[in-house]
Amino acid sequence: MAARAKRLGLVCLLFLAVAGPSRPGLLGASSQQPGSSKTVQPASARRIVSLVPSLTETLFAIGAGSNVVGVGTFDNFPPEVKALPRVGALIDPDVERILALRPDLVVTYGSQTQLETQLARVNIRTFSYRHGGIREILESLKELGAATGHTQDATALAARITAQLDAIRARVRGLKRPRTLLVLDRQPGALREIYASGGLGFMHDMLEAAGGDNVFADAKSESVQPSTETLIARAPDVIIEVRAEGLIEPSKVAAERNVWSTLASLPAVRTGRIHLLTGSQLVVPGPRVAQGTEMLARALHPDAFK
Amino acid sequence: MAPGTSARRPVHVRLAITVAGFGALTVLMIVLAPLIGSTHISLSRVFDPSIPFADNVDAQVFFVARLPRVLAAALVGAALATAGVVFQAMLRNPLATPFTLGVSAGSSLGAMLAILFGASATLGPLSPVPLASLGGAVLAAAIVYWLATQPGRPISTSVLLLAGVTLNSFFSALILFAQFIADYAQVYRAARWLMGDLDVGSFTPLYGSLPLILAAFAMFAVLPGALNLLTLGPDAAAARGVNVGRVQRMAFISASLATSAAVSLSGPIGFIGIVVPHLVRLLVGGDHRIVLPASALFGASFLIGCDLVARTVLAPVEIPVGVVTAMIGGPFFLWLLVRKG
Repeated sequence: MAARAKRLGLVCLLFLAVAGPSRPGLLGASSQQPGSSKTVQPASARRIVSLVPSLTETLFAIGAGSNVVGVGTFDNFPPEVKALPRVGALIDPDVERILALRPDLVVTYGSQTQLETQLARVNIRTFSYRHGGIREILESLKELGAATGHTQDATALAARITAQLDAIRARVRGLKRPRTLLVLDRQPGALREIYASGGLGFMHDMLEAAGGDNVFADAKSESVQPSTETLIARAPDVIIEVRAEGLIEPSKVAAERNVWSTLASLPAVRTGRIHLLTGSQLVVPGPRVAQGTEMLARALHPDAFK
Repeated sequence: MAPGTSARRPVHVRLAITVAGFGALTVLMIVLAPLIGSTHISLSRVFDPSIPFADNVDAQVFFVARLPRVLAAALVGAALATAGVVFQAMLRNPLATPFTLGVSAGSSLGAMLAILFGASATLGPLSPVPLASLGGAVLAAAIVYWLATQPGRPISTSVLLLAGVTLNSFFSALILFAQFIADYAQVYRAARWLMGDLDVGSFTPLYGSLPLILAAFAMFAVLPGALNLLTLGPDAAAARGVNVGRVQRMAFISASLATSAAVSLSGPIGFIGIVVPHLVRLLVGGDHRIVLPASALFGASFLIGCDLVARTVLAPVEIPVGVVTAMIGGPFFLWLLVRKG
């Protein structure tokens, strides 16, 4: 179970395939005009169930953590959530358990329309997750603040994250931006089934903010599956692999880095600029996005952080 | 086997002509396919010894990305096509495939579990997912074999078929359960594995499957005569001096071995094992002494061709090769079904 929960990062990253297009931040029984969250009265939510790990994290970060009474299967941050009841996740939300927790706000994935309809029928407000880039992370952070009565905390947090990101951008400004391959997942011990960041989404935004140029910036999707031939042709200067905690055993890190040595012509392989970074802040589109970005920036520009 | 007409050439002459023809096609495919791809490379640079290999991007594309991939396609295509021939003869069922008896479901379950539990065990050239899929395939074949054989008696082909089909469904149910408790990223990776992939990325993965496939081919080499008699029925074959039980066991073990090794290298690539044997029979007749080598060679060429389509038609995006073989194989299979009816 623990190992499974640790995968939440990739979960967040990859459910975009099912999460559907952007939708209004708020909809539900008491929201008269879904789509414009400003018109929603800043009703404070006292009992919140959150199925979405990145938004659970956000709730704790804006001071609504004490109101969270239930979380999704994949939540494991902050540590407080470990004691909370689990109510399923994207494909298996347990409506009975959600109702039994008597929530007044349920945070859902954007594609869970059936669940949202069911909850609307019993006058429970819902807040839909929206997938996207860093801009969407900050927007939904503020909207979630408005929906839970923590508008000020949320606005302040958004400003703080923006300032942190600006500080990272300032540090790497003017430095040579290495052409970077950002690997999200692959088969262990082999260069097969590689998933890399495309030119859309928060991972791409983080890489760009950290002072790297994504070798797949031209791909209009969040993830690409490059062939060996494409990898050789794109010739990245740096390879950064990111995973949530616990997905690579520390004893295997050297071996997993060494897997790349078969592609000897890649500049990254020849100069040894291959990094395996672990941490959910790298893969969860939530309030720790600046920390994740800084990890990338330190890997790309170690001299700028001395 | 039947007395040939006077115009019929002796079997060794037909064998030589067939092997020369299909062999030339295979060599042509192996030589030409690595020249084509999503990136432009210059052949003179590829073979220019004055450029160090590490600096030579063209040579890297040729020797790391394309050549291992073409050879993997040849190996997998040859293994699946011949395994198809042997299973069809042994089960006396023209619609049998290398995956009919549960081998692919077993290997898929193995791969799924390796992905689910993040397995990190390796064995020689086999990385975790191929190793687990090989293990699953061998396990499935062993279960079916154990169910269908009794010492000293011929294998019951109906028990074999039913056991294989049941095991397929049972393993598929276990895969579904594993997918249910897995998260989306794992499910997605497992689904991708099921579509088949020949982008092996170096020669190393080939070394894991090659010895197993060569061992299977060595066993195939002694089978054709007996398989010809077996197609007449086990009783008729026994009356002509065939040790039916032994031939069936050898056929089952060798074809399962070839299938397991192929699937662990590339994932379960469908339809090769049925399209190629039938096309070859249409071209060269039903004598297994000719059908088996011809299927190996044509299977290799066919899969190289399908993979070439998969990696170039939407370049730089690749279509999973299993989708390409299914697009060609599905309609062909149906045509085959209705043609005789």
